[in-house]
Amino acid sequence: MKELDQVVIRFAGDSGDGMQLAGNRFTVVTSLIPNDLATLPDFPAEIRAPAGTVAGVSSFQIHFSDHDILTPGDKPDVLVAMNPAALKVHLSSLVPGGVILANVDAFDERSLSKAGYSSNPLDGDELNSYRVYRIPMTKLTLEACKDAGVKPRDAERSKNFFALGLVSWMYTRPIEPTIDWIKKRFASNELVREANLRSFKAGYNFGETAELFESQYEVAPATFRGGIYTSVTGNTALAWGLIAASRLAKMPLFLGSYPITPASDILHELAKLKEFGVKTFQAEDEIAGAGSALGAAFGGSLAVTTTSGPGIDLKAETIGLAAHLELPMVIVDIQRVGPSTGIPTKTEQSDLSAVVYGRHGESPVPVVAARSPSHAFEAAIEACRIAVKYRTPVYLLSDGYIANSSEPWMLPDVSKIEPIDPNFLEAPNHVDDEGKSSYWPYVRDPETFARQWALPGTPGMEHRVGGLEHQDGSGSVSYDPLNHERMVQLRQAKVGAIAKDIPPVELNDPDGPGGADVLLVSWGSTYSAVMAGVKRVRTRGMKAAMAHLMYLNPFPANLGEVLSHYRKILVPEINSGQLCTMLRAAYLVDAQSISKVQGLPFKTAEIEAAIMDVIDND
Amino acid sequence: MTDVATTNGKVTSRKDWASDQEVRWCPGCGDFTILAAMQTMLADIGARRESTVFVSGIGCSSRFPYYMNTYGIHSIHGRAPALASGLAIARPDLDIWVITGDGDALSIGGNHFIHAMRRNININIVLFNNQIYGLTKGQYSPTSEVGSVTKSTPYGSIDTPFNPISLALGAEATYVARTHDMDRNHMMEVLKRAHEHKGTSFVEIYQNCNVYNDGAFSDITGKDRRADYLIPLVHGQAIRYGQNGEYGVARGDDGHLHLVRVDEVGEDALLIHDESLDNPSQAFELSRLARGPHEPTPIGIFRSVERPEYGYEVARQVAEVESKKGIGDIAALLQSSGTWTVN
Repeated sequence: MKELDQVVIRFAGDSGDGMQLAGNRFTVVTSLIPNDLATLPDFPAEIRAPAGTVAGVSSFQIHFSDHDILTPGDKPDVLVAMNPAALKVHLSSLVPGGVILANVDAFDERSLSKAGYSSNPLDGDELNSYRVYRIPMTKLTLEACKDAGVKPRDAERSKNFFALGLVSWMYTRPIEPTIDWIKKRFASNELVREANLRSFKAGYNFGETAELFESQYEVAPATFRGGIYTSVTGNTALAWGLIAASRLAKMPLFLGSYPITPASDILHELAKLKEFGVKTFQAEDEIAGAGSALGAAFGGSLAVTTTSGPGIDLKAETIGLAAHLELPMVIVDIQRVGPSTGIPTKTEQSDLSAVVYGRHGESPVPVVAARSPSHAFEAAIEACRIAVKYRTPVYLLSDGYIANSSEPWMLPDVSKIEPIDPNFLEAPNHVDDEGKSSYWPYVRDPETFARQWALPGTPGMEHRVGGLEHQDGSGSVSYDPLNHERMVQLRQAKVGAIAKDIPPVELNDPDGPGGADVLLVSWGSTYSAVMAGVKRVRTRGMKAAMAHLMYLNPFPANLGEVLSHYRKILVPEINSGQLCTMLRAAYLVDAQSISKVQGLPFKTAEIEAAIMDVIDND
Repeated sequence: MTDVATTNGKVTSRKDWASDQEVRWCPGCGDFTILAAMQTMLADIGARRESTVFVSGIGCSSRFPYYMNTYGIHSIHGRAPALASGLAIARPDLDIWVITGDGDALSIGGNHFIHAMRRNININIVLFNNQIYGLTKGQYSPTSEVGSVTKSTPYGSIDTPFNPISLALGAEATYVARTHDMDRNHMMEVLKRAHEHKGTSFVEIYQNCNVYNDGAFSDITGKDRRADYLIPLVHGQAIRYGQNGEYGVARGDDGHLHLVRVDEVGEDALLIHDESLDNPSQAFELSRLARGPHEPTPIGIFRSVERPEYGYEVARQVAEVESKKGIGDIAALLQSSGTWTVN
């Protein structure tokens, strides 16, 4: 038994090979150790890309450790390659000397040629610098299922469980939870259950008896703060956050949505959870997703629409109307690679400019971004709080990486979360010259500029709102030039006032403000790689500071002051420098963009290199 | 906005339904008749102002909500059915009207229009059809006839128009009616029935735009020719028209509906109108009798049938799950995919 402090494993195979399932099961048992962990699923956009080709390769990476980690790891230590295409795609990212567990049965002439190999790499010198284990996974799976009454074709499909069993043995994972899970998950299909169980055990036993492996490895439990933990993906945490916000505001949750990758899982999750009074509406298109949400908002629901890049273009006009009517709604954008359809299953942060600026007219909208899978819960509640309190549409940004990856999450005490007060108005707020009372929809709170809001169904509060410019106060249609200017300023001032209502940005600089040689500013999912990169250069004795932005509009009130302490500011983004441009424009600072647009998150090493580069060139 | 507080939610005069906003349609516009009919009908039936919402898109007709002393949203071009759908699902207690026009509903908003009817969401869609874009000052619309000379079709339109009644029937609408702006009583009756209907009601109103398309429907709506061009649809009665009821509608030997002379086919051969037929085929045939408003055209309720209402079904599913699983508990939800405890 050898002790390791951390391991990165990548399961890779054809998209029909069940690699996501194997990875997810491995994640669950790893969370039970408990190790700290982070995962990165990566799959093709096609449901069934041509089998055996490099385009059809699906992978799942997990990084687990005995200490606090932030990222799914830069380079895998272990690559499970279920076919030649998986080896072809992922070999270059494996660490030198890394382990390859290859399903040798899949390396036949046809599969090799589909993957673009002219000769079998398992036989040549190409893999000499790695530790290669040639394992007949298909054959052993078929053998294990021989007497189970399963047709060979079906039995073969259990080979992902063989691989899972083998890796579970190598890294001393408990097997009972997986066995229990298989029994429960396939309870209704005896043959599949039996095949999966036998294959899983066969894989585990193969490790133990084959004497192929020098030793097993152990990763000691990480130290966690005391509490109850679960493992959660970003999309699930976000959906739960919306439900929690609905309870906190005592407003029923309404979701209007149109299916789109990678946001659809939020619709799926909320459609299931009707016991929380959630109404989900799969609309005829993205526009109706937003439109129905705005209609529900008018009726007093906590209204949400979920989408990804292409959807925000279509929803823009409705969001502009919501900003103009001053009604609360939350627009969830799970960003993916654009422009256009782009690469739907890969991640990007390239919608920031679009959500901040992408509407006609002067149409300010607050923007909140989740930084990690579990943080999506908190970010969703915060987006709802701002929307309801300020009567405004709010953008909640996540991305494909946060959406699908998972991490351990110490569950919050939900009873301690601050309630959200919708503060509905139930009696008239205006008396005219003749003494008649009525409701004026655009009477505002003097501090927040939020308008007083009455719901249909309330007698005596009948009123009309609309997309035409209206008089502040009464809400009557007005084409008065000075009133329009005042309304533009008021709507901007209202969004601006939110800066006073959000926490200041936290500066992470051990030497105090200005102590470090360089400041890194992150937002969204770059948090984990930037934090890890900063920690790593600090171990080399370099001085790097970090500030992470959860609020992209308005910026925290102290951001300008924080930036002013640093001569060198780096802004790593999975786009071409959108936040960087905004910071330069807002604060006249010489921020430099670190850009990566490959559909993948930053690696820690890339951040590390960028920091060292700027410090070395000083 | 001088809203008068209601007494037990009941208001009885048309005046109580009018907002304090000055009505700004062109003098002589057919919209005035519709506004008066709507206000009078709602007062007559004792509707509750606080429970009534008018939602509109963009266009001349879409200014309607501003003139109603109810709740209202003047929204985005074509999107009123989308907003109204969300509101109706969220708030089944409200009485929701969508006011739209031929451009708003059938061109930019065509998708929301058909899907609302397919789902049978409890909203009343009132389409003011004047076969022209009025607010943008005179371009042809999806109901303009082939050959229409407008600002954007100086050599005549080459687009085949939509027949809104046929479209609604094809989109699975459960209540489909046509009325016109020269007969306030008929309009009030059709609107009242729309209000009573559970699910999506669709009412097409032939509405005269006296500035950009004056007289488009005058063959049918004008008092001089109305008897010969307007075919009244009355449930349970033979379909018959003409000064002295000399014409009618009958099914021919070829299986199709035809306009006939009663003295040639005999009264017994006339088609008895049945708005409650589950199969929409006959209603569709009736909608195809006239190729345009210059031929005898059926006016009235084409179809009125029952089908589960969408908002009710959504609420039913929620209630069923709540009673089966119990009201959801957030703390339990967060632990639902398995947990581990660290001491």
